[in-house]
Amino acid sequence: MSSWLDYTINGLIVGNVYALVAVGLALIFGVSRLINFAQGSIYLVGAYVGWVAVVQLRTPLVITIILVAAISALVGLIIERFGLRPLQNSVRIAPLLATIGISFVLDQIVMLTFSPNPRALPSQLPDIRFQIGAGTIGPLDILIAGVGVTSALLLFVFLRYTKLGWAVRATAQDRDAAMQMGVDVNRVNQAVFGIAAALGGLSGMLVGMYYNQIDTAMSLQATLKGVVAEVVGGAGNVPGAVVGSLLLGLVESYGVAVFGTSYRNLFAFLLLIVVLVLRPNGLFASAKQAPPEPLTGTFIAPSRPVRIPRWALLTAVGAFALLPLLPVSSYVLQTLINAWLLGMLALSLTLVAGTVGQVSLGHAALLAIGAYTSALLSLDFSFPVGIAIICGGLMSAVLGTLLISPSFRLRGHYVSIATLAIGEIISLIILNWESVTRGPIGISGIPPLSLFGHELVSVAQVYWFSFAVMVLLALLQVRLLGSHLGRSFRAIRDDDVAARAYGLSLNRYKALAFIFGGFAAGVSGGIAAHLYSYINHETFNTQQSILALTVVILGGLGNVAGAIAGSVALVGLPEVFRIAAEYRILIYGIVLLLLVRFRPQGLLGTI
Amino acid sequence: MAEETNAPVGSRASLLSLRGLTRRFGGLTAVDDIDLDLAKGELVSIIGPNGAGKTTLFNLVTGLDRPDAGEVRLDGKAVTGFSPEKLAANGIARTFQLGRVFGNLSVMENVLIGAHTRLRAVKPATPLIGPLLELGLALLRPASVKAEEEQLREEVRGILARFGERLLPRIDQPAYSLSYANRRRVEIARALALRPRLLLLDEPTAGMNPTETAEMQALVTELKAEGLTILLIEHKLDMVMRLSDRVVVMDEGKKIAEGAGEDVRNDAKVIEAYLGHGLSQASADEQETAA
Repeated sequence: MSSWLDYTINGLIVGNVYALVAVGLALIFGVSRLINFAQGSIYLVGAYVGWVAVVQLRTPLVITIILVAAISALVGLIIERFGLRPLQNSVRIAPLLATIGISFVLDQIVMLTFSPNPRALPSQLPDIRFQIGAGTIGPLDILIAGVGVTSALLLFVFLRYTKLGWAVRATAQDRDAAMQMGVDVNRVNQAVFGIAAALGGLSGMLVGMYYNQIDTAMSLQATLKGVVAEVVGGAGNVPGAVVGSLLLGLVESYGVAVFGTSYRNLFAFLLLIVVLVLRPNGLFASAKQAPPEPLTGTFIAPSRPVRIPRWALLTAVGAFALLPLLPVSSYVLQTLINAWLLGMLALSLTLVAGTVGQVSLGHAALLAIGAYTSALLSLDFSFPVGIAIICGGLMSAVLGTLLISPSFRLRGHYVSIATLAIGEIISLIILNWESVTRGPIGISGIPPLSLFGHELVSVAQVYWFSFAVMVLLALLQVRLLGSHLGRSFRAIRDDDVAARAYGLSLNRYKALAFIFGGFAAGVSGGIAAHLYSYINHETFNTQQSILALTVVILGGLGNVAGAIAGSVALVGLPEVFRIAAEYRILIYGIVLLLLVRFRPQGLLGTI
Repeated sequence: MAEETNAPVGSRASLLSLRGLTRRFGGLTAVDDIDLDLAKGELVSIIGPNGAGKTTLFNLVTGLDRPDAGEVRLDGKAVTGFSPEKLAANGIARTFQLGRVFGNLSVMENVLIGAHTRLRAVKPATPLIGPLLELGLALLRPASVKAEEEQLREEVRGILARFGERLLPRIDQPAYSLSYANRRRVEIARALALRPRLLLLDEPTAGMNPTETAEMQALVTELKAEGLTILLIEHKLDMVMRLSDRVVVMDEGKKIAEGAGEDVRNDAKVIEAYLGHGLSQASADEQETAA
């Protein structure tokens, strides 16, 4: 029987592990005002380096720790040197997108090297428990606590008593002033990324040993938990990150004690949302200050959109509409159906992330809401499929907007964190709300697509249907962008302070954008549900959110034609080149990185 | 109290009145117990060394920051702590010190944003229904909405014409491509499109050469002649002296002097504030050692 003390010890130990990730994030945020979404991937690398060392090389524990720290630090240095340093003078969105791209590339490399199957990571420590009061503690717990405390001490000594440590602190306080005083900011960045990566890697190894299991899905969870802890403590605040981590560990542990294991992450993300809404600067933030005045358009790359002549657009639409009449294989049509579905999601995301500047990383959740609504309405309430899909769109518009609304008061990178967390919360609710969503079993036997009672049997019919819906949504969006609302959305994206000073309510316009975009995404999810006939809580996952984001960046932020062209390109080209499925996400990540580096305004330009 | 705030200044009614306005940032009191009245049609300049709290005062009046104490009244109505969007709807327009234009919007679109609060589609304030109606109007665009948009575009061209050939030829260019001075002009054009009752200009001539400054000064003179009430932050003292009905001097968050330009210019406290505390402190120390 587990005692309260056991849960407390467990919470503190887990919190200690989170602290190793969060402290790194805080250091990086401190010197470069960047939330490093690749931190979880380094954690993953650390876990697998640990596995190679323990299982294959059979190194003693001390050597394992040194190996893990060294290789992880090396990965961190490489990320800093080749992924981020070239972006130093680019717009603020660029490094954020770059760390997302790096994270996907690293995760995929690990997955391709080691396969996605879970592996055991033995801790090499004797399996004994010491009795402490009513609870017990094992040698691994002590090791984790030891690594945590030792790292904290070393970091303290480094920051307080070494010259490079002073440089790190000076850069964190005022980057420009530090540079003028001769601080080599690049060296500071290197040091910080190296330390952060070493800590992150160690954390991954320790967690692997703690649960005696590692798998490639650990990465995103670690990033999320680290970010939660860091934001709770106050972004950039190193001691705050430690306290935030311990608090997160305890909240999770007690949450599990009361409600059960499947609620663990739900508590973490709810804690994040509550803190972001009530104290967006963290629990230990100093007095609120007015945001600094930005230079013009510094978040999104300035660009002039490529104007596509109307006849070219009409020709393209006509050609795609007539395609099924030509002797093309159903494989081509199937591929394009996927492109149209992704296109609808990209339309939605390009409006939200591109036009209004709310870089949502949880956009697939809107697909899930639409898909579940449409599937359940048609199955349990015998709604006609067409009506059910429209209801799915509406539900996604309303519910999605309500759920995302806590993020409306946030800016920049925080929006991305919040939407990522909200996406995870929606997925967890779907998983846990079994009476409605059928939980982990998912929904099967969803009726196929039909229109006015006629089932769409042939591939060509499904193709026409999805293409028509997408074109319709695109036309609506173009009309929206041409109205005063389009102008207002873009004004909010470019400078929300000036926009407010001219009477634009941020809540109102962000909500309208999410309502409109939520509808398109919900419809896409609804059609997908009827097309797949089976969905579960993992059908619409973060990978799809990131794929959609890559499409949006590729096409040009806010660019309707770009979103559709990007979808065709990213769905179609891997098929044309017959690239195996497992390499595709790697390629999407690389495409994202190359775009951010060489053409941040996308192919067709920001609108 | 009510008597005081509603009391006319001179023969004209007070449009803006601040009472005891205070804003603290940690240990620093950026705005310290400021009283200020602005009559309709009056142009008052706020001067003072950098860090005196002038821009913070603007932020308090326009709702971008909330005062820790004190009161803001607009035309007798208490508007303390109102959101910026509500204050904009009440007819307060401002420009920003560093020039906050919407970079990816064209000059035309930037200025149209200034007219946002006047749009018919934006008016319905009913929660839930209002925004959805706005979305519907934006998508359906009935004739009345189209006509309104066309009329506003015409009006914007009129406003831009006030800047001569500076902005009109660039009307469809994105604001990020404009020169620094032109961005400041776009900001002022945007403020005018709101048809403000009260215009706050934060260093409109910063970074402008003498010719451009003279143009800006002529424009502000014109606006004043049209009866617009203006609160101006400006460092160029000859411009301040020429334009202002009254000058308010701030230092370290406090109002240290107020009055006609010449009186303020000769005020001992003002001279000290501009020459620097170090200097006067040094001379005080000198006297002490001499004694």
